[in-house]
Amino acid sequence: MAELNTGDGGGKKGSKKVRSKKSNAKVDLTAMVDLAFLLITFFMLTTSLSKPQSMDLGLPDKNKEDEPKDDIKVDQKRTMTIIMGKDNQIKWFHGLLESPEPGGAPTNAVYGRNGLRKEILKRVVSVEEYCKTRPNNKKGDGLIVIIKPSKKSTYRNLVDVLDEMAICKVPTYAIVNDITPEEQKLVDEMNK
Amino acid sequence: MAKVKMSKKATSIDMTAMCDVAFLLLTFFILTATAKMPEPLPVDTPSSTVQTKLPETGLVTITVGKSDGKEQVFYGMKDRAIREGALDYMAQKYKIDFTDEEKANFKLIDEFGVPVEGLKQLLAMKGADRVKKGVQSGIPCDSINNQLQDWIQGARLANINEGATKELQFAIKGDAKEEYPQIKRVMDILQDQKINSFNLVTGLRGKDY
Repeated sequence: MAELNTGDGGGKKGSKKVRSKKSNAKVDLTAMVDLAFLLITFFMLTTSLSKPQSMDLGLPDKNKEDEPKDDIKVDQKRTMTIIMGKDNQIKWFHGLLESPEPGGAPTNAVYGRNGLRKEILKRVVSVEEYCKTRPNNKKGDGLIVIIKPSKKSTYRNLVDVLDEMAICKVPTYAIVNDITPEEQKLVDEMNK
Repeated sequence: MAKVKMSKKATSIDMTAMCDVAFLLLTFFILTATAKMPEPLPVDTPSSTVQTKLPETGLVTITVGKSDGKEQVFYGMKDRAIREGALDYMAQKYKIDFTDEEKANFKLIDEFGVPVEGLKQLLAMKGADRVKKGVQSGIPCDSINNQLQDWIQGARLANINEGATKELQFAIKGDAKEEYPQIKRVMDILQDQKINSFNLVTGLRGKDY
């Protein structure tokens, strides 16, 4: 592969002149090619990686203060509420806070594969099954996740939870900003 | 005899063509790569697994971050025509006259974070001085002096005047450690103008998250 030019070829002193002329005729390009490909690799990798990703977020129309609120009633069995507190704490419950669904009482969780995601995935499946048994089932009905970031939660927490929604393919989710007094107690528990 | 000759030939390969190709590719990549501009407000974006990329045009970035312990909001427009239109709108609204030179300078700024009253000073500075710490104090966006809202309005109007068929898109680039109310304030400003759909800028997370 690579040819090494060592000037005169060892001990032969007689043929020195002829040899050196011959070796100058060709330049060894191996090192140059190595360098060029290294730079190519570098530029290829850095250009494609430096583009920022983006997450689409759609929020519902904001209700004006003076307009009457149109509350939409949903099946409590379909809703799962996630409350984010400070220092990456999470509390979630399934159903209503006063009367949670079986196994859905307010629980602490952690972010990531083994924490929140397990619970969400479990409920995505079970709620979809439940929705199919209802008489007036529409296509696409499934789990509804209500995300409630408290004042002490960080932007990272919000993006992490939204990311879980994308990973778990939760059919419906919403960011809700009003926290009820009962839920506030849960928040205070985390944020104290 | 033939055997000996062949083995002699194989000892060195002509690298010239390979070198040519390599450098051609190298030149291509260097030219197509967009140089990263120094950001006046560097933020550490949270990471996510989504794969969608930010659009290259028709985008406004609102950066929310912390500098010297203070919450700051910076504003950046991708298209130069929109930059010009938005500046005209602000000049009219806040009754500040910008010279042609200042307008030309403003068109070259990717992102800025000064009240419109201090924009003249910023434009008079050299590019390297603008990104220095403490020079830009952020765009006021509280209820008394909501200039961010006006910038958004100006950019949207400029987008319409340009004859763009697509709605201007808005991206929020927040620092991961930023508390939620800060982000919400920016979201509320956007929502007050009936912009209900926007992008959150994130970094890339590993597959096995």
